[in-house]
Amino acid sequence: MKLSNYKAWIPALTLLAGSVIIGCKPGKVGSAVDEDAAKKVYVAPGKYDEIYAFMSGGFSGQVAAYGIPSGRLLKVIPVFSQNPENGYGYSEETKPMLNTSHGFVPWDDSHHPELSKTNGEDDGRWLFINGNNTPRIARINLATFKTTEILELPNIGGNHASPFCTENTEYVVGNTRFSEPLDDDKTDNPISSFKQTFKGAVSFVKVNKDNGAMNLAFQLIVPPFNYDLAHAGKGPSHDWIFFTCYNTEQAHTLLEVNASQRDKDFIMAVNWKRAEELIAAGKGTKIPAKYAHNTYNENTHTATSVIETGTQVIDVTKFPGLVYYMPCPKSPHGVDVSPDGLNIVASGKLAAVIPVFSYQKMLNAIDKKQYDGMVDGNIPVLKYEAVLHGEVKKPGLGPLHTEFDNKGYAYTTMFVSSEVVKWKVDNLEIADRIPSYYSPGHLSVVGGDSKKPFGKYLLSLNKITKDRYLPTGPELAQACQLIDIAGNKMKLLLDFPTIGEPHYAQMIPADKILKNQVKFFKLDDNKNAYVTKSEKDTKVVRNGNRVDVYMTAIRSHLAPDNIEGIKVGDEVYVHVTNLEQDWDVPHGFAIKGANNAELLIMPGETCTLKWVPGLPGIIPFYCTDFCSALHQEMQGYFRVSPAGANVPIKFSIGENPVTK
Amino acid sequence: MRYAKFTIMKTHTRALIIISCGLMLSAYFFPLWQILLDAPQYPEGLEMKIWLNGLSGNIAQINGLNHYIGMKFISVDDFKEFKILPYVFSALTLIGILSAALKSRKLLLTWFIGLCFFAIVGFGDFYQWEYNYGHQLNPHAAIKVEGMYYQPPLFGYKQLLNFTAGSLPDTGGLLVGLGGLLAAVALFYHPRSSSNQRS
Repeated sequence: MKLSNYKAWIPALTLLAGSVIIGCKPGKVGSAVDEDAAKKVYVAPGKYDEIYAFMSGGFSGQVAAYGIPSGRLLKVIPVFSQNPENGYGYSEETKPMLNTSHGFVPWDDSHHPELSKTNGEDDGRWLFINGNNTPRIARINLATFKTTEILELPNIGGNHASPFCTENTEYVVGNTRFSEPLDDDKTDNPISSFKQTFKGAVSFVKVNKDNGAMNLAFQLIVPPFNYDLAHAGKGPSHDWIFFTCYNTEQAHTLLEVNASQRDKDFIMAVNWKRAEELIAAGKGTKIPAKYAHNTYNENTHTATSVIETGTQVIDVTKFPGLVYYMPCPKSPHGVDVSPDGLNIVASGKLAAVIPVFSYQKMLNAIDKKQYDGMVDGNIPVLKYEAVLHGEVKKPGLGPLHTEFDNKGYAYTTMFVSSEVVKWKVDNLEIADRIPSYYSPGHLSVVGGDSKKPFGKYLLSLNKITKDRYLPTGPELAQACQLIDIAGNKMKLLLDFPTIGEPHYAQMIPADKILKNQVKFFKLDDNKNAYVTKSEKDTKVVRNGNRVDVYMTAIRSHLAPDNIEGIKVGDEVYVHVTNLEQDWDVPHGFAIKGANNAELLIMPGETCTLKWVPGLPGIIPFYCTDFCSALHQEMQGYFRVSPAGANVPIKFSIGENPVTK
Repeated sequence: MRYAKFTIMKTHTRALIIISCGLMLSAYFFPLWQILLDAPQYPEGLEMKIWLNGLSGNIAQINGLNHYIGMKFISVDDFKEFKILPYVFSALTLIGILSAALKSRKLLLTWFIGLCFFAIVGFGDFYQWEYNYGHQLNPHAAIKVEGMYYQPPLFGYKQLLNFTAGSLPDTGGLLVGLGGLLAAVALFYHPRSSSNQRS
């Protein structure tokens, strides 16, 4: 090659120029995409993913299940928001699920999914999720992926520090983000009376260990801070649960500034075992409280809503030994307990370090009364130095949330410096860091908050996506990144968009869920009040202006399919039973002009759509789920006569010579 | 001397008969035959198990699919065979046991002929049912394919529209088959070195 050949110099010069430009800027960590990323996230057609990820939908109010490592969306599970796609929250059977003391609230802000645990390990039975806005906790049955229970929590403003569970799911908790006067306080309190009249209330929701049924066991009345997140102890620290608090300044306006003044806020340590004993000993005070308890019965396929009228509370200032505060820099978000139960990691989002508290030192400090003042007169604040295991120095900016792997490492998200930092729990030294796109809030390691983390994968759940995908106008996809944590260096594997905002996720090996999967509901076990178990039992019954249609669906017809005698203004309840008894044969049901939604009926299930026809005429109805080769034939007609007409009820279906 | 074995039953022959009868009894505890169906939409497969006294398996699903092509619904009540077969088979096995107990070669021969007859009539009947189900299609069926009949194979595999249909012996059928084979051995196999003579 001749040196005079100028073309040969171009690449060299470009490289030189490039390095000069880069050299002028402070160094940045590279994107660290794993060279084998494509191979590691490729799940061949027809093969299953290794892991289920359950992500909250944030402001969508739902939960979504994804397969990991592929990042494929498997199902959106409707929880707090109506879902016209399958009729959840619209069908007569599911409307009661969204009832609250404020009436029907068909939306929420779902933040933290929590897998039920046995002996501190994810057991794959239920998934709990909080409704942050109208304080609620929902329970999803992971055998059916259906929301089966929603419990409202009284006396709190926003159920943010929720629904974290104790080691054996004895309780799931809820604590308020917005302290407020208790619901029963009938005084017309001015907002400025915050310090005097506002309270926090920590809810302990008892979970039945056999069927998962929840009930509000008791509430602890605590000082009016903003309670952010929580985690229960495990192993040696089994009896305790820890909450982060910010706004210990007790500001009620311009919190951005006023709640960020103190160097340290608190970790609130609660001895829940002691609280349980106090309640058992009758030390609780019964108070009136109004909250909805909604239960979906899996045999009747029907939800009922009961408005509860009271609960019992314990004023923590009256029972020493129940609550202690540990000072924590500054406006902490996550509080996370290491798998051995001995270290408590707090992430102060405005702090320059990650403090790690020692459970043992906390007990010692309590023993020796190493106090640094009191809150509300007699709740001890333990000395920071006395309870500290150590601090992770220079972790990055804006630490938010920490989870653990199976090799003694912790992983913390850095919201402001937009990265995930890996550090060793025993010596608090930073081992690695990887950029995140952009501004991660929570992260999730498989089994990362349990006693036995599975490790291998980490999800960084981000708040901002900007340029990561093809743009979709001003409203962009939200997203997360999948990171390989099996080796020493974290490696970016995949970046994928999610529903709503992927606020937090929990991941679990798929086999724990697969073994319990329900393929269809047994028609014989269907106890719905309006079930029709055979086509010959189909009927249409008028009672005043209420008309009940007992309809069946089976490939490929709805029976009856010609219905006459309906009048404008009637309240028509169409109860559709899917007679199929096979895997993956749902039927849909839709009526022209229905003002609510369509239905999606699983095999063996009964769903009811209420329809109030507003116009006379012929109204078609049909199956909306492409069920078979003759799906397009699965249709029928209502004849709607004018109000006051005297057309008698008449229903029929053509004779089927094939199945006769 | 050589012809004595036609009239006197040796111990090994009796043992073979008893083992054979034992295997025959498995027909009461295991399905004899199986029809297997799989299609792109049914990668997990559908199956129908045929027992001495009835049917089991995914009958409802199979009927559900068959209605598209107008095949008659399969119903256990339509088969008189299932009411008779358990008794016929008991009687046959009893003859086998008697032949061993009475050391009667005549009965052994009768039993063997009975078994052969049972097998021939059984398969003939099975074929007849398959033929009828496969050919007697309702003219109002939604799916009609010119010249297409849906008779499953008597043995082995056959493609029927989107389904691959298999017809194979099941556990009980295999054990009964083995029993039949042992019955044949008992009847026809005479080890030369044997000196186990009776006086």
